[in-house]
Amino acid sequence: MTEGIGARVLRKEDKRFLMGKGRYTDDIVEPNQAYAAFVRSPHAHAEVKSIDASAAKAMDGVVDVLNGEQLTGDGIGNIICGWAVTQKDGSGMNMGAWSALATNKVRYVGDAVAVVIADSIEQARNAAEAVEVDYKILPAVAQSMDALGTGAPEIHENAPGNVVFDWEIGSLEPTDAALAGAAHITEMEIVNNRLAPNPMEPRSAVATYNNAEDHYTLYTTSQNPHVARLVLSAFYQVAPEHKLRVIAPDVGGGFGSKIYIYPEEITCLWASMKTNRSVKWTSDRTEAFLTDAHGRDHVSTAKIGFDKDHKIVGLKVNTKANLGAYMSLFSSATPTYLYATLLSGQYNISNIYCDVQAVYTNTVPVDAYRGAGRPEACYLVERLMETAAREMGVSPVELRRKNFVTSFPHETPVIMTYDSGDFATNQDQAIKAADYDGFEARRAEAASRGKLRGIGFSNYIEACGIAPSAAVGSLGAGVGLWESAEVRVNPVGTIEVLTGSHSHGQGHETTFTQIVAERFGLPTENIQIVHGDTDKVQFGMGTYGSRSGAVGMSAIFKALDKVEAKAKKIAAHVLEASEDDIVIEGGEVKVAGTDKTMGWHEVGLAAYTGHNLPEGMEPGLKETSFYDPTNFTFPAGCYICEVEVDPDTGVTDIIQFVASDDFGTIINPMIVEGQVHGGLAQGIGQAMLEGVVYDDDAQQLSASYMDYAMPRADDLPNYSVHHASTECPGNPLGMKGCGEAGAIGSPPAVINAITDAIGNNDLSMPATPSKVWAALQAASAKQAAE
Amino acid sequence: MYETKYHKASSVADAVSLIGKSDDGKLLSGGQTLVPTMKARLAAPSDLVDVSGIADMHGVSISGSTVTIGAATTHANVAGNADLQAKCGGVACLAAGIGDPAVRHKGTIGGSIANNDPAADYPAAMLALDATIKTNAREIAAADFFVGMFETALEEDEVIVSISFDAPAKAAYAKFPNPASRYAMVGVFAAQTVDGARVAVTGAGDDGVYRQFDMEAALDTDWSPNALAGVQVGSEGLLSDMHGDATYRANLVKVMTRRAVAGCA
Amino acid sequence: MTEVSMTVNGKAVKADVPDNTLLVQYIREHLRLTGTHVGCDTSQCGACVVHVDGKAMKSCTMLAAAADGADVTTIEGIADNDLHPMQTAFKENHGLQCGFCTPGMIMTATDMVKRYQADGRELTEDAIRHELEGNICRCTGYHNIVKAIADGASKMTSA
Repeated sequence: MTEGIGARVLRKEDKRFLMGKGRYTDDIVEPNQAYAAFVRSPHAHAEVKSIDASAAKAMDGVVDVLNGEQLTGDGIGNIICGWAVTQKDGSGMNMGAWSALATNKVRYVGDAVAVVIADSIEQARNAAEAVEVDYKILPAVAQSMDALGTGAPEIHENAPGNVVFDWEIGSLEPTDAALAGAAHITEMEIVNNRLAPNPMEPRSAVATYNNAEDHYTLYTTSQNPHVARLVLSAFYQVAPEHKLRVIAPDVGGGFGSKIYIYPEEITCLWASMKTNRSVKWTSDRTEAFLTDAHGRDHVSTAKIGFDKDHKIVGLKVNTKANLGAYMSLFSSATPTYLYATLLSGQYNISNIYCDVQAVYTNTVPVDAYRGAGRPEACYLVERLMETAAREMGVSPVELRRKNFVTSFPHETPVIMTYDSGDFATNQDQAIKAADYDGFEARRAEAASRGKLRGIGFSNYIEACGIAPSAAVGSLGAGVGLWESAEVRVNPVGTIEVLTGSHSHGQGHETTFTQIVAERFGLPTENIQIVHGDTDKVQFGMGTYGSRSGAVGMSAIFKALDKVEAKAKKIAAHVLEASEDDIVIEGGEVKVAGTDKTMGWHEVGLAAYTGHNLPEGMEPGLKETSFYDPTNFTFPAGCYICEVEVDPDTGVTDIIQFVASDDFGTIINPMIVEGQVHGGLAQGIGQAMLEGVVYDDDAQQLSASYMDYAMPRADDLPNYSVHHASTECPGNPLGMKGCGEAGAIGSPPAVINAITDAIGNNDLSMPATPSKVWAALQAASAKQAAE
Repeated sequence: MYETKYHKASSVADAVSLIGKSDDGKLLSGGQTLVPTMKARLAAPSDLVDVSGIADMHGVSISGSTVTIGAATTHANVAGNADLQAKCGGVACLAAGIGDPAVRHKGTIGGSIANNDPAADYPAAMLALDATIKTNAREIAAADFFVGMFETALEEDEVIVSISFDAPAKAAYAKFPNPASRYAMVGVFAAQTVDGARVAVTGAGDDGVYRQFDMEAALDTDWSPNALAGVQVGSEGLLSDMHGDATYRANLVKVMTRRAVAGCA
Repeated sequence: MTEVSMTVNGKAVKADVPDNTLLVQYIREHLRLTGTHVGCDTSQCGACVVHVDGKAMKSCTMLAAAADGADVTTIEGIADNDLHPMQTAFKENHGLQCGFCTPGMIMTATDMVKRYQADGRELTEDAIRHELEGNICRCTGYHNIVKAIADGASKMTSA
């Protein structure tokens, strides 16, 4: 089987993208389409005293100017947070109200107060500038530590001290006791920088209200169109679910930022009803920096203790998580259940305690971005491990190995049960691929050229396919995290698979096809994957958290089981054989041990003609599955980064980057490697280039590619990607997930390597040339003083 | 982008006339800075007078030691000019490093110097080479032309026609790109001219391009990277931003000057 | 309004457009050739790259009026029904994921290969990475794009 599981099948979806025939939201033009331009606050924190749209309304082409009072007056609900976190004291979160169009107060630069609908985009933008908003400017804060300080401005009335919640996990007293008895303590302050997700396709929405049918259609850049429809109808009351069709056509990358249902999509739907026009809005890049949910932004203090044999005895962490001005959809889960539950890393740690204060600031809302919580945990643990090894004068490889979890299932003190893994094998494979033994010679050679070489490790573990639904529900999730699939065999034997997963670069049209091809021995060209349209596909949860393999494909697998069972019953009946003797292979349905056979297409035809079916069987061959996993999956691996620093300028070149990952079963290695490459680029970007910068007035200084350093081709190396897999016992395909691993595991490897090169461990992300150079100066000043 | 009226000028005289008649017009050459500025609604010229099609303003010509470059010559055509590569490789090399290939196909030398972006590359070469900026009305020495950040000596209806300079004995440009924009965070053009060593710095100064006189003096004594070892570069007058403070830029001025001198052909 | 006429993908086209119409708006909204994309406001991402008179340019950074009389090729025009060798190379090397930056990448890649081949210069991996300075991809980490362009270059030579 050249197109089945494990084959490097070229992507089915490529041709349309290569020919410019992809169909993205902004490509869609509706008849009588108008354009939306938002009036956004230029201030980070201000009272809105009045909005005067009279001049704007009189301008050429302007259809209407709408504001937040009209929006709430029409019963459009506030934006929700989908995960209720319980505080230390048992109380709920201090959640402030978030209206799609702000009314009395704006809380970050970019907060929308009104929208102009006009015949052309330029007319809409001209009129948006003419809307006069009278603001009373209030003091603002951008950093979590400042927002928690005395005298900080209060951002939401019901969040005293700007604390959204104060949450904990693990056991405090045993951890304190273990650390008190430790032979060595490593203590660090660790900052995880704020990032802007930057999918290359900006967010876009085309909303159409049809007053004849009282029906809405929304084309939008979504990773999860069904969730969008549910939230738009059940919570925002824009339209009832059965009167709203959400279509996420080709979507140009998401990385988490297109999970959420933003003010703009809500407003466009509502404005379409108000104006009786189709309404299109497409973000420009600066608007994306100002409105797409940001990622990370943690300030942590961490303490890890070791006994005299270098075994970890305890880990204690405090984290301040900046949530921005409002609570985005999964903003509460990201710095809690997706973060602190991974603080055990790949290690046996008996005692862990972590508490997290989530904080409101006058910044863009922060939510899940590729990795979502796990990069923060991995960076913290792996910076601690490398630093501890340096402080204790032991090999970073040996220190990790000594503490690896080696038997499974393994229960951590932070509620995870690791189901499988072989951390030592991944480490061995990476070390070999990186020629770690030859490193000192390479370092000496670099030194002879005046360059500083360093090497750094990262042994990551993460959790994908958040599940099962009952468990996540008990932790506060507002939804279940199962997935659905429908497999339709057509009368001619071709197959359509309708999936609740959504592909925005992951290649589902190819990998999902491969498991169907494998099952029935059909060519992949006979199989079509359908996704992204709520009118076609039954309810599904969408794609994020590296869940589409382990959860989405498992749902397809389960539906295939049902199709196979029915097909065998039909074939047994037609071929007059026992059902147990029927085998399906190579597109043929055969009776084992005989020459009796029928083509797969003949089974399809038999199912739909209904002329000759077993007694009592319904015609048709179409099955559905809703798959709810039994546990998370735990991808893990070992990453090694080797760098060379130019001491004159602080410029860091990555000489090699080696990844050895355990993703469980791999359906298409080509696509999996592509996911790793992309994840590594984002992780290296976080470590060396990217950072959202706010000034003291909470103005975003880095809101375009002039100042936000996106990784480019010449910033990045070729990657050396390897796999050493253990099968995941939790799902039928044995898959773990590969979408986020690269972004999770790589930042600490990079920073560990650079700090090794420059001999100064005090370096924060992004390690730009200027920061690395300054750290080198500090190191030599310290050396001179000693 | 705000509304504007587009005109295609057929000659320098036509351009001068069109811009003179306009209310608040601007000259458009490659547009690689002006168009993004207009898209961002930071500029709203009533008229755009496109000079990129004026034949007289194109091309590189060399006569004796004098190099003349038409103002509407694209960066790609400057970079790829074989005569210029032979005569003054430093300028060709500088042009080859501006923006990216698509920008170099459209952006022009005249547009770049007329804008005088503090992080643009060409001003460093112009100042170091004592270039003469020829307009429809007069000739302006580079030292008088670059007045300050985004400011030049040009009158509103004045059109740059060409730039000329004497090819130096040696010249090279060393650029340290901003990690985000890829504009020069520090760019140093070093040249050995008949009037002595010249070191002009772009990207670093808080008032645009400037000459680093102490380094020129050191290089006049000994044209070698080692001659610069003793020269201290202070951070006063240098830019500080999220990408690097003045201290870092001062260091880069030193390093890039050393590299430019070392790279001189 | 200004009348612009140009050749796009071998076809003569003419329209009255507002003077402030960008070439990319003309291509996407008037001609409905939506393969050319817009990914930033500052001429850096390269999703909008087309060929104007045979040279790669950013169609978001020029006015349609300035392209009057020009010969423009977009992603839709680089091959007939089949794939251009560079498109094939991107497919075979998995040089695309979400596909949004891909048209600009292909247009930049074919321009780069043509220039290097015309000059007789070797298109090394370093050269490819450097030449991609004006094209941003968020999905692939560039590894496979670089491989694809190298492969596409040799396919274009042998084609």
